Amino acid sequence: MRATLLALLLASPALADTATVVTDHARPGYAAFDEAAQRLADVESCDAQALRPAFQAAYDAWMAVEHLHLGPAEEDGRSLAILFWPDAKGTGAKAQDALLQSDPQTLTTDGMAQQSVAARGLAGLERLLYPAEPLPADPCPLIQVTVDDLARQAEALAAGWGPYGDDLLTAGQPGNTRFLKPEEATQALFTQLATGLEFIADRRIGRPLGTFDKPRPDLAEGHASGRALANITLSLQALRGLAASLSPDSSKTLAGFDHAIGLAQALDDPNLDRVADPQGWLKLEILQQAVRATRDTAVAELGPALGVDLGFNSQDGD
Amino acid sequence: MQRRTFLATLAASLAPRMTWADVGAPAYLAAGKRGENFFLHGLTSTGTSLFRIALPGRGHAAAAHPRLAEAVAFARRPGTFALVIDCATGETRHRLTPPDGMQFNGHGAYSLDGSLMMTSEVVAETSEGRIGLWDTARYTRLADWPSQGIGPHEIERLSDGRLAVANGGIKTDPVDRSKLNIPDMRPNLTLLSPDGTPLDQIELPDLRQNSIRHLALMGDTIAFAMQWEGDPSEAVPQLGLWTPGTAPILCTPPEAQAFTMQGYAGSIAATKDRILITSPKGGALMLFDAKGTNVATHHRPDLCGAAASSAGFTVTDGQGAIWAASDDSLTPLASDQTQWDNHLVALG
Repeated sequence: MRATLLALLLASPALADTATVVTDHARPGYAAFDEAAQRLADVESCDAQALRPAFQAAYDAWMAVEHLHLGPAEEDGRSLAILFWPDAKGTGAKAQDALLQSDPQTLTTDGMAQQSVAARGLAGLERLLYPAEPLPADPCPLIQVTVDDLARQAEALAAGWGPYGDDLLTAGQPGNTRFLKPEEATQALFTQLATGLEFIADRRIGRPLGTFDKPRPDLAEGHASGRALANITLSLQALRGLAASLSPDSSKTLAGFDHAIGLAQALDDPNLDRVADPQGWLKLEILQQAVRATRDTAVAELGPALGVDLGFNSQDGD
Repeated sequence: MQRRTFLATLAASLAPRMTWADVGAPAYLAAGKRGENFFLHGLTSTGTSLFRIALPGRGHAAAAHPRLAEAVAFARRPGTFALVIDCATGETRHRLTPPDGMQFNGHGAYSLDGSLMMTSEVVAETSEGRIGLWDTARYTRLADWPSQGIGPHEIERLSDGRLAVANGGIKTDPVDRSKLNIPDMRPNLTLLSPDGTPLDQIELPDLRQNSIRHLALMGDTIAFAMQWEGDPSEAVPQLGLWTPGTAPILCTPPEAQAFTMQGYAGSIAATKDRILITSPKGGALMLFDAKGTNVATHHRPDLCGAAASSAGFTVTDGQGAIWAASDDSLTPLASDQTQWDNHLVALG
């Protein structure tokens, strides 16, 4: 009986946790990304050297919210238009080549919104600011429309999180047709935590890791701009922030994050080039295991604490 | 068989059989979990439960008799039994077990008159596909046919009695369901005659790791839903349309939504001019027109069950909600504590 009462008392703060995520994690994160993207668009130069610091800052800011694959980020493929990665078939580079060689007069910010998502956003800019080979034409017009398009997307996202955040905050209240029960909002955010960690382990670490016999540091996210390790570290820190907002007392999970972040920082290998050596490869694999262990700990610790679980059908597979 | 059991069975088989109309004319059957218990529900078109029948474990899909209030509930794979449930009384009329060394694979279909039922099955050791044939008077096993592929999953009976079989192509461990042949898998979609003779078959040579698993009928066209087992960074279609005698059409969503479904379609349903696929992994559903063009996408976590309705589609999710889906909107019809399982089965 006492346990039941306690469970009932504990069941209600779920909404408070959701509110913390909306007000302290998501909305400030999108606002910061919006500011960073506007600053990038405000740089009065097409010189790669001049643009790179603002590009790096915008990319940093995106890594703080990239894991939130819900709401405005999902609409119209917006998160893909901000960062299309991985691009297994090189779609973005091909589309950009065509744009670079087209009449610069035809390049507009509105037009950019109609282009392939793979050619847009941070991944598109990275290819223009850190080209592996000389570009076939003056990139200035394309850089301008790409940064302007990015700034518009960032603004739309930050604006969209007003009403979308309200939907999360009013989960279960009459008229809210997106979240029919309070715990649905919590579950949606909890799911982002698990899938975000899976994405880091499987893709952000998994792609450069490749296999022991065939490591692929060149496939790392942000490799051209020297961000491979930074993206892993920043996204781990962002997800730690999400976990702490959802459940500040989840000490095992937070310790798991701290361990993984410590391992990432100790790699001291900005572009993961050392995965080409057996020892470097093993170190990155140890980090991957630590990220997976953190995911499992988070699911086991936060799920019961929040009274939610991962999707009934999405986890089943059939 | 004990004399008493025999008499009880005889009495049961002679009792007048109730029809779906007698049990309130449910529009759908759906399996679900509430607390730690599992049930099969009969639902109205607006998502109200008319009856619920306890199941011994998590259900997967059901096949409904075309007229009688009788359904076969399949366990999740690998299934060693299926239950024939009298939906009027809640009693289990028969417990079906596949022959030794075989397993049920989650789906079944009745003949148009209800006298026969077909089940998708595999040889446990090899995942070689079979279609089991049952006489529904007493649910006796009549025969089985090769499914013409590995790991058949959903089967659908066409109006003329032919049977479409989604051979998913995945060889699985008979005990733990782990996938054993991902690099070499070769799914296919097979059309069998009413007596099990292979009539036609398609493969997807460029997409061999796209497991063909679920089916819906749109006139003479078979809409098939797929699950991608290859590199998750590759954008692949989750829907295909095949009119036997012609080449299949693959239905690719717009590039901005290339990863919305996370390479995974969990259920499919069709009306005369729309096809709907759900992705619990992607938390989304997509609607396509009869030509295979994406016309709408709606987001909602853990959507899976899907069936046609008079106005469009009804979909269910793992959070207890039932929705009406159309091009314009996803509208809640009902919500309670039952977590709805993978499939929503339309009656009639």
